[in-house]
Amino acid sequence: MLEEYTDKNTLTMNFGPQHPAAHGVLRMVLELDGEIVERVDPHIGLLHRGTEKLMETRTYLQNLPYLDRLDYVAPMNQEHAWCIALETLCNIKISKRASDIRVLFCEIGRVLNHLLNITTQGMDVGALTPIFWGFEEREKLMEFYERASGARLHAAYFRPGGVHQDLPKKLLEDILIWAEGFPEKLDDLEGLLTENRIFKQRNVDIGVVSKKEAIELGFSGVMLRGSGVPWDLRRSQPYETYSEYKFSIPIGKNGDCYDRYLLRIQEMKESINIIKQALKKLEYTVGDDVLVRGKFTPPKRDDMKNSMEALIHHFKLYTEGFRVPKGSIYSCVEAPKGEFGVFIVSDGTNQPYRVKLRAPGFVHLSAMERITKGHQLADVSAILGSLDIVFGEIDR
Amino acid sequence: MVDLVSFKTNLDQALSEAISGMEEDKDHILIDIIPAAVVMMMSHLKSKKGYSFNTLIDITAVDFPAREQRFDVIYHFLSMTENKRCRVTTPISEGEEVQSITRVFECANWFEREIFDLFGIKFASHPDLRRILTDYGFEGHPLRKDFPTSGFLEVRYDELEKRVIYEPTTLTQGYRDFDFLSPWDNPDVYANTRSRSKT
Repeated sequence: MLEEYTDKNTLTMNFGPQHPAAHGVLRMVLELDGEIVERVDPHIGLLHRGTEKLMETRTYLQNLPYLDRLDYVAPMNQEHAWCIALETLCNIKISKRASDIRVLFCEIGRVLNHLLNITTQGMDVGALTPIFWGFEEREKLMEFYERASGARLHAAYFRPGGVHQDLPKKLLEDILIWAEGFPEKLDDLEGLLTENRIFKQRNVDIGVVSKKEAIELGFSGVMLRGSGVPWDLRRSQPYETYSEYKFSIPIGKNGDCYDRYLLRIQEMKESINIIKQALKKLEYTVGDDVLVRGKFTPPKRDDMKNSMEALIHHFKLYTEGFRVPKGSIYSCVEAPKGEFGVFIVSDGTNQPYRVKLRAPGFVHLSAMERITKGHQLADVSAILGSLDIVFGEIDR
Repeated sequence: MVDLVSFKTNLDQALSEAISGMEEDKDHILIDIIPAAVVMMMSHLKSKKGYSFNTLIDITAVDFPAREQRFDVIYHFLSMTENKRCRVTTPISEGEEVQSITRVFECANWFEREIFDLFGIKFASHPDLRRILTDYGFEGHPLRKDFPTSGFLEVRYDELEKRVIYEPTTLTQGYRDFDFLSPWDNPDVYANTRSRSKT
């Protein structure tokens, strides 16, 4: 009688929602056969705030800050997709200076994201020092966010039609000083992790995703490039002024957690490269307007003091907002985590009829079972770390 | 490079009958099809040589309560080899089922679960059609237009019962729906959209 029960002796276990390696509020129901993971069932939605529903009752401009709250690790990259979608739908072309500023801050966002990811990935497998070193740098970058927009995190700096304000000269100088010094800090970080015996043992050949699988599972960003697919929206479907920048797109070979780690390090180096180029380009456009003036954006402060029409325009813009022509659009950017897309259905009013936010992390996490099956329990957190998930964007 | 012409010539008989509209905008091929042909269409998109739309980017839905076929289910695809995107739209009415495309695209699983959760659209032969984003035991489908933004239930921790309890939503201040849409510069738009803010 007993034999009937002994052939399948699995243990069901809860991982999270309060697990430090769950990167937020992820609950996973794991089915274990000894140490081996047989089944993974991620339960998401513990951070669901109904962003898409809320967006239907607010104007396009009021909706912008919601985008910050998706992937709160690199907020401006999300705003970017929203702005691009609206600009394409309304057929607006932004100034070169605004475009370069956007590139600059998108790359800062990429560094912010990758710094958080590799250091927490290190922590998930037992390395405590990287997170302290990495977060010191992140704090400096957040300070740049603050000096540009007034907020460390939820910037609301990119606006449809450009960016909110021009950057002060001193800030650009400071970003350059930081960019000069950062590669050294990155080397320190690499010294802790790249050849670290424990780190390699925990990551090499873990969570392997083949090229074919990566495409089949709908991956994008580092998850896709780690498996050797050379696909980056900045290069293949360039937006903003990315086509003017020189940078290379590193791709991985084995598609394991270690490759994805190496890729993120390389991408940060490329980002520094782009940041320096952007700073150079910004020198040539000093004094240019960073917003497309018109019904889409607020009037200049000076005009408002002297012109009644400008004052009315300002009032109408921040109450009624602008209208967007009827239609639908899907726009996407290469966010640090992958393809972040915004799908807007507009009915011609000042509020979107329906918004769908396509988060890269959602797709990556949905493949969790496929990747983790057959690994040991301890590898779950390593894989989760390298998937680079943030619950703000997955749960929306 | 895939364009509308080459796309049309590659369609077989059954598929071209299922397509009710096709156009091309800047970077997307937009296709409208009947719901019955969803799986056929997706397999075609994925495997047809010359344009392999083999990355499923997104599946979503839109609710139009006034229409007879209430929902639009919208699929986004990307072809990395052709550097082209494609959007497939299929209208369905309430209670009608769409065929799941999980057998063609594995990553459709969670997208379809999400639509089921938020819109209540059922996907036939989906391996695991459960709610995904909303709370355990949640009722209703929040992204439908007849679901109020403030919801029906709220939760709080009850000190006496020592657990989290559910209560009907009570707003200490009335829900403020600011409708600033000007009636002046485009009366038509205004006439058509008044009703939606009230639903």
